[in-house]
Amino acid sequence: MSERDERAARDGVLAVEGLTVAIHGKEILRGVDLTLEPGRVHGLAGESGSGKTMTGLAVLGLLPHGARVSGRIELAGQDLLTLPPKRLNAVRGAEVAMVFQDPATSLHPMLSVGRQLTEHMRHHLRLGRGEARERAIDLMRQVRIPGPEEAIDRYPHQFSGGMRQRIAIAVALACSPKVLIADEPTTALDVTVQAGILRLLRGLCDDLGLAVLLVTHDLGVMSAVADEVSVMKDGLVVETGPRGQVLREPRHAYTRALLDSLPENAGNAVSAAAETSGTEPSGVEPA
Amino acid sequence: MSPTSAPSRDRDGGAAPTGRKAGRGGAVRRHPFARFLVRRIVTALLLALGITLVTFILTNLVPGDPAAANLGQRAIGDPAIVAQWRADHGLDKPLPQQYLMHLSGLLQGDFGQSQQSHRPVADDLAEFVPATLELAGAAILISLVAGVGFGVVAALRRDRLSDHILRVTSLFGISVPTFWLALVAFYVFFYRLQIAPGSGRIDPGMTPPPHVTGLYTVDAALSGQWDVFASAAGHLATPALVLALYTIGLLTRFTRSAVLEVLGQDYVRAARAKGLPGRVILFRYVLRPALVPIITVAGLAFGSLLSGTVLVEAIFAWPGVGQYAYKSATSLDLPAVMGVGLVVGVVYLVINLVVDVLYGVIDPRVRLS
Repeated sequence: MSERDERAARDGVLAVEGLTVAIHGKEILRGVDLTLEPGRVHGLAGESGSGKTMTGLAVLGLLPHGARVSGRIELAGQDLLTLPPKRLNAVRGAEVAMVFQDPATSLHPMLSVGRQLTEHMRHHLRLGRGEARERAIDLMRQVRIPGPEEAIDRYPHQFSGGMRQRIAIAVALACSPKVLIADEPTTALDVTVQAGILRLLRGLCDDLGLAVLLVTHDLGVMSAVADEVSVMKDGLVVETGPRGQVLREPRHAYTRALLDSLPENAGNAVSAAAETSGTEPSGVEPA
Repeated sequence: MSPTSAPSRDRDGGAAPTGRKAGRGGAVRRHPFARFLVRRIVTALLLALGITLVTFILTNLVPGDPAAANLGQRAIGDPAIVAQWRADHGLDKPLPQQYLMHLSGLLQGDFGQSQQSHRPVADDLAEFVPATLELAGAAILISLVAGVGFGVVAALRRDRLSDHILRVTSLFGISVPTFWLALVAFYVFFYRLQIAPGSGRIDPGMTPPPHVTGLYTVDAALSGQWDVFASAAGHLATPALVLALYTIGLLTRFTRSAVLEVLGQDYVRAARAKGLPGRVILFRYVLRPALVPIITVAGLAFGSLLSGTVLVEAIFAWPGVGQYAYKSATSLDLPAVMGVGLVVGVVYLVINLVVDVLYGVIDPRVRLS
């Protein structure tokens, strides 16, 4: 543990310390601590309402109106919470990017895929039209969209759910961010395409050295790809640690309850996956 | 597979050859839109034919004898004169034949002879319709700019003071009767404050600009007569504003709710997460999707503007088609009434066509399906 703490302090790209969020007087987060490291997937688990999504949104300053925030969110020596709006906007999409739950609604239905892939590149990286387009095609290849040269001129409704989520991931990767926040990226997808998306995220994390925060309520997904796991309950992180340890030997009663609530065989699959170091998402495959 | 995905053959990324065809050739890609356009235009033409039939039937159902309305007291008493008058105007023929005559006349631009002005109805319409279009067009432009602008401001400043003020004001705009507003505006701006010019389209004694479009402001600008332009614009301003107030209120309210709805969409949050500048998010991500309901309402509002012009034209002595329609209808001048009915109907059709085409321009899902 102490070795890991040292590593986190040395390599952490994004450190969340004592994050609290209150919306209209109601406390949503009550002091969340998290550290993301490059090339590692940090899973954030917990039931709905536990504050997982709010944690992700807080990092990008996307909390709903009337939210009061305190604590620190440190990225490359600067505190994102105190950054002036203009500087924060330069971080959004460029340093920290986000993939949302439902690609059917998180892509603009009236803009071509190419437009959505290039607009922020042109803004953040000051690329020309042609250059941005080239890079967009490369990105689509990277997330394995078939026929990217043609697909780039099409619109989101012309793709399936899984392909749309790949596009959303490509959009997030466009400006080579250091941190990727994925908020339930497979929840809205069919089980059959979930595994592909998770494998893609894992691969991108390894290849690009991305620090990934994977928000999910699905422990099967968690066991498939996460390196570290944090479990949240009522706005607090109740347990955090390496995947194997948290899922196999949960120390907190709530984590144990979460694991016990899984169907029998799925629970076994999770602990089985936790024991192996493979990246295959055993939890989401039919037993 | 996901139930939300389009039932397109080339789903899942389109490595299929259909995807290639769709992507490369611009003409092929635009083909569905061309088909969409042709379909809409053909529908509009059929509806126009329907309008001629409906105006014809309605006009003939009006209880009242055009001969009685147009002939003098003494002539009415003489059956020979009445019969002669009816024969002159084709009213002795059976109705279907009258309709066919009417239709073939229309195709040659012959709307018949006005029994009131003793001129071809086509000439009357050419004189009065542009005046109304100028008034209604100016009003809809003002409404779009002000209504959409106010609506966006109200939505972005939701529940703050400016939002409350705009909401109350827009409610006032919707509730106030146009004729009352026209009278008050005339009294205040012309009589009291003396900042608005009097009635008519242009200052008395000034020569109208050379006829190109029939819209005085446009024609004056085209010919570079800026003094005439200023006069025409001055005369246009008050009635157009009076006419616009209702639609401004309507559009403010619709825009506000449309923008609020879009602001809650995931893709707006995703755009913020991408770090796009605020104005890009506002125009590209918020306003563009919100425009779909807005133009629907604007199209309908234009229709209500056209009917609103009748009263406004009467109060501001604006020589438009509203006044012409009123005079024709009260004197049973059937060719003129039919001509007005047809023109107004066609204007509605054109507006609907424009709105439909705009749907396709704004939303690729309309254009590509």
